[in-house]
Amino acid sequence: MSPASDQSDALYGDVIMAHYRNPRRRARLACPDVETEEFNPFCGDRANLQLRLARSDDAAATVQDVSAVAEGCSIIQASASLLADQVCGRTLEQAADLSQLFRDLMQGKPLPPVAVAELGALEALAVVRRYPVRIKCALLPWVALEEGLRRLR
Amino acid sequence: MTTATGQNPAALADGLNAIDAHRLRRDFPILNQEINGQPLVYLDSAATTQKPQVVIDAIVDYYTRNNANVHRGVHTLSQRATDDYERAREAVRRFINAPESCEVIYVRGTTEGLNLVASSYGRKYFKPGDEVIVTGMEHHSNIVPWQILGKEIGVKLRVVPFNDDGELLLDQFESMLGDRTRMVSVVHQSNALGTVNPVKTMASLAHARGVPVMLDAAQSIPHMPIDVQDLGADFVAFSGHKMYGPTGIGVLWGRAELLDAMPPYQSGGEMIRSVTFEETIYNDLPAKFEAGTPDIAGAIGLGAAVEYLEAIGMARIARYEHALMRYGAERLGSIAGVRLVGTAANKGGVLSFIMDAAHAHDIGTILDAAGIAVRTGHHCAQPVMARYEISATARASLGLYNTTDDIDALVKAIDRVIEVFG
Repeated sequence: MSPASDQSDALYGDVIMAHYRNPRRRARLACPDVETEEFNPFCGDRANLQLRLARSDDAAATVQDVSAVAEGCSIIQASASLLADQVCGRTLEQAADLSQLFRDLMQGKPLPPVAVAELGALEALAVVRRYPVRIKCALLPWVALEEGLRRLR
Repeated sequence: MTTATGQNPAALADGLNAIDAHRLRRDFPILNQEINGQPLVYLDSAATTQKPQVVIDAIVDYYTRNNANVHRGVHTLSQRATDDYERAREAVRRFINAPESCEVIYVRGTTEGLNLVASSYGRKYFKPGDEVIVTGMEHHSNIVPWQILGKEIGVKLRVVPFNDDGELLLDQFESMLGDRTRMVSVVHQSNALGTVNPVKTMASLAHARGVPVMLDAAQSIPHMPIDVQDLGADFVAFSGHKMYGPTGIGVLWGRAELLDAMPPYQSGGEMIRSVTFEETIYNDLPAKFEAGTPDIAGAIGLGAAVEYLEAIGMARIARYEHALMRYGAERLGSIAGVRLVGTAANKGGVLSFIMDAAHAHDIGTILDAAGIAVRTGHHCAQPVMARYEISATARASLGLYNTTDDIDALVKAIDRVIEVFG
């Protein structure tokens, strides 16, 4: 295989391609607590996110269900799908922390092992750092998440 | 004998021999490099063309030997700079067959040329309820300046639609032309689709009703002979960097009687004949529209680019690029899962395409890994994308230095996209 194809393969690894081909949690929620949409006019990428919280008397509300629908390239679709999987079951604060961690990952900040463990499967998107113009594709669903969390607060 | 797409192989071979692109590409030093371990295949000339050594040398020579401000000093360097700056203007005049070199206004690029006319001509002549006709395939730069005027003055934008192949519906254009029409501003060659619009016909229809015509020639001027008098245009704008010249310089050509009657667009030095604190008398053309110290090096570089193109011959370049485009359209069109967007009968060297298997971004990344530069996105023509209900295309666009080898490399890389995503 030529070096060129090695390089393109690097971006299109198994985890990204699996989530691109079969994105999780696209089914729309009947009664979301919040719905946000982000659009990148430069490339037409779009990310729509719905969150439903678990109702409890606890101070820490938990994300019970997520629906993430992204339009665009493989990276935004994989990122939205991974986000939906990873945010489910977290408190709003934990979801915000995860979002910050993901931004740190995209910005190439050195992450301690505990943070890498926290990212879980999202770590598969670390390769996007090597394609700077594609980082915004990966980030768009997270911008939608952050806007949703802000509104819920 | 013709092929599936209606090509005549003899005509194709003849077209491909119109210029010696393999020799000409050696004039462009940037092309001699590897990207990601592969020889660079540059297929993004609609975004910006590469620069031949003569253009680079002209700019280096200006800064090395002749740098001075123009039209200001009496010293030798100022005289040399002024001579070279004005010689470039005359070269542009000759290149577009304009009647007078004073009608050639240096601007930053097509965008500024369009803004200049919208702002200066539009503010002077447009009244509420007036209409400006554009086409559905305009670059944003030929939409937004008129929209801004629309908000300010109450001018309406009328949009000529196009068919699935990307060809304007001329009968609709005709029926839009009316008593309220004050300007027709159309793109000569679409950057997103490659369509070459019938601007000569459109100009004569508009002129029959006394309506002036502005052409966005950014994409046509590097690829075909342009004679502003023959086309019958009143204003023509284009960019240096899309015609093998430097960035930061472009041209607005306008008929002198129109430009003379228009107020200045910007104000400052150079454009003034006399200033007191009570009154200012503006300078003559072209200085009236060239406020401030201009991009002297850019103009000189543009002049060098024009001379380079003249030496090759625009008619030959047009024949060659047309044949290469046909070759590319046939090769891309025969790949299952690839759809060309923009299939007008009369089109320039633009191959916009989408793939079933992959989004334009993913195509772009895999092509880049193969050393191939194409544009991906909406090409600053979102209404065109909306017309086809797509968000983005990958666009391979041709220059005089491209060869069938470049198309073959593109086809091979597209096969790779199908391998990864299929």
